[in-house]
Amino acid sequence: MVPLGAYLLLSAVLFTLGAFGALARKSAVAILIGLELMFNAALLNAVAFWRYLHPQGFEGTVFAIVILAVAAAEVAVGLALFIAVYRRFGTADADDIALLRG
Amino acid sequence: MVTTFLFGLIALIMVLAALVAVTNRNLVRATMGLVLVLFGNAVLFVLLEAYFLAMAQIIIYIGAIAILIVFAIMLTRHVGEDWGPAFHRAWPWALVIAGGLGGALLFWMVRWPGGENTPAGQVDPNYVQALGQALVNPQGYVVPFEVASVLLLAALIGAIYVAWGGRRVKGPYPQRAEGGER
Amino acid sequence: MGAFLRDPSVLVEWLRALLMGWGLSAGLTELVLYLLGGFALATGPMLWVIFLIWFERKAVARFQDRLGPNRVGKFGLLQPFADVLKLMTKEDIIPEGADKPLYWAAPILSVAGVLLLWPAIPLGLGIGGNLNVGVLYLIAAGTLGIFAILLAGWSSNNKYALLAAFRTVAQLVSYEVPMVLVLLLPVLLARSLNLQDIVQAQDVWFVVYVPLAALIFLIVSIAEVGRTPFDLLEAESEIIAGFHIEYSGMKFAMFFAGEFLHAFTIGILTAVFFLGGWRGPGADIYPVLGILYLWLKGFLVYFVVVWIRATHPRIRIDHMLNFSWKFLTPLALALVTVGAVLDKVVVDWGVWPRALAHLASNVVVALVTLQLVRAWARRLPRPKVGEPRPVARPQPQTQPQPASGD
Repeated sequence: MVPLGAYLLLSAVLFTLGAFGALARKSAVAILIGLELMFNAALLNAVAFWRYLHPQGFEGTVFAIVILAVAAAEVAVGLALFIAVYRRFGTADADDIALLRG
Repeated sequence: MVTTFLFGLIALIMVLAALVAVTNRNLVRATMGLVLVLFGNAVLFVLLEAYFLAMAQIIIYIGAIAILIVFAIMLTRHVGEDWGPAFHRAWPWALVIAGGLGGALLFWMVRWPGGENTPAGQVDPNYVQALGQALVNPQGYVVPFEVASVLLLAALIGAIYVAWGGRRVKGPYPQRAEGGER
Repeated sequence: MGAFLRDPSVLVEWLRALLMGWGLSAGLTELVLYLLGGFALATGPMLWVIFLIWFERKAVARFQDRLGPNRVGKFGLLQPFADVLKLMTKEDIIPEGADKPLYWAAPILSVAGVLLLWPAIPLGLGIGGNLNVGVLYLIAAGTLGIFAILLAGWSSNNKYALLAAFRTVAQLVSYEVPMVLVLLLPVLLARSLNLQDIVQAQDVWFVVYVPLAALIFLIVSIAEVGRTPFDLLEAESEIIAGFHIEYSGMKFAMFFAGEFLHAFTIGILTAVFFLGGWRGPGADIYPVLGILYLWLKGFLVYFVVVWIRATHPRIRIDHMLNFSWKFLTPLALALVTVGAVLDKVVVDWGVWPRALAHLASNVVVALVTLQLVRAWARRLPRPKVGEPRPVARPQPQTQPQPASGD
């Protein structure tokens, strides 16, 4: 049997990779990909906890469904923003969108 | 025995795919890495007997979100254009911060006593039916369900408005001819 | 043999005993059996595609008052082999600048997306798919196919292929919404997402309960496959054959065969959801008969799909998207709402009264829709192009005209 710790370890590794991607990447879409990795790591965590600790309950599954819905909404709005920003600035790099920089 | 082997294989594939997703400068290949991670996640959900969530993961994440990301990439670049560097100049700091985050996570995880757990019980074979009932039960989870629906509606309206551009903003990107679709 | 006819799992037991008799351990035997099953499920439909290609070409030809292939083998039965041989020996051209891993992966993913639909389909009593989230699985497998098309369009390094891929994905994603909505009706009537349960709940075929839903499902599935009248995306006269323009040889053959198999699979799925699946006289005693019935019903629906292909002109892309979003989705939503409310009311009635009540509600929805569409069509601005002229009846003489009238 796979111990719960294995799932949590995998989830932590994916979260770290996603955090690195969200912080280190240049293009806005690549940052979004890193964010999605983090969401998925959290989702895996939620489902693993549900299965190993309370498989008869529904809280874990409902939590996971809400995470899915929030991630979907966030990606939709984020990509709409990305396209609007691309139209305005002609570029998709997070470094070049620097109007507020002092 | 089979589950352990399968878990190890899927975990390895997922970590490698996540590495591709965060380091590849070709954004379409990075998205393919993300799709592999999403698919691996769905397989893990099946291993964890959360069948409904596994299918929902594929339909929503791969079938909608990944396609959206690929559309956004393809709409905002010219075919054959160079992708540019993958990271910005301060990327070692990102490595430090992410590493610190991961280290903190591992530190507290190792101290948690429940990591050796095996599954607490069986999953009801009619779980999906029961979940359906619970999601619309007023004493159950109807509130998160409805809140998620309203959130999705708000996101839908917001995304349409933002991407439509209420007023056409003049910018360096060449405008499409009015009335044309191709 | 009689035991096999009565209960096909006898075959599996025999294989298991054979393998363990050869000295394999229990776990390895299971693995080998699973692999054999998967191999059979993947190869069988692909072999059937050979017959489907021949049948379609003959049928379309006969609809168009010509003979179809009849040179290669008697009645042209060896024509698909000739086609495959030609495609195999074609030069494999890869466009310069194409993204090689994605370029090679796209046709494989496309066929995989179709073959992945088969494990969920119940082939008989106790045979075939028994997934407890079968309907969701079908939708999920469909989205993989959509992804393959996007990859194909992008990795060809050709902006027309990319444009065509965008349009294809827009069409497929738009038609997924009515499909999911309309699939809710068989799920509602059978109280389960499991396809085997849906088949077993069809004492009266669901096409009698909800014929409008069956029609919508057929239309939507034809659009999902990308067949005429929705094949704007790969017809040779539109954006140069669409997203697979840069594919030649066996890779194109994969797309081609995948599309035919997808068309047959939606025939089977319509049969499962609305025509009673494997049910028929004697199918519960001899499950193998169930496979035969399912195949026949699926083939019948496939013939209807080919018939529609041979008779209808193509629909323009904006008409197609409008049709999905502005007509099919509201109609499907209305159907689901009416069906759900009605089902709550008639839940205690017998089988046939329930069926007739649902049928009546479908007829009412259909009539209301027709009236609404007529009213909308009347309000459309129509430019006047001329006065109506009677061609046979001579006009009353208002001015001197020669005796030979119009």
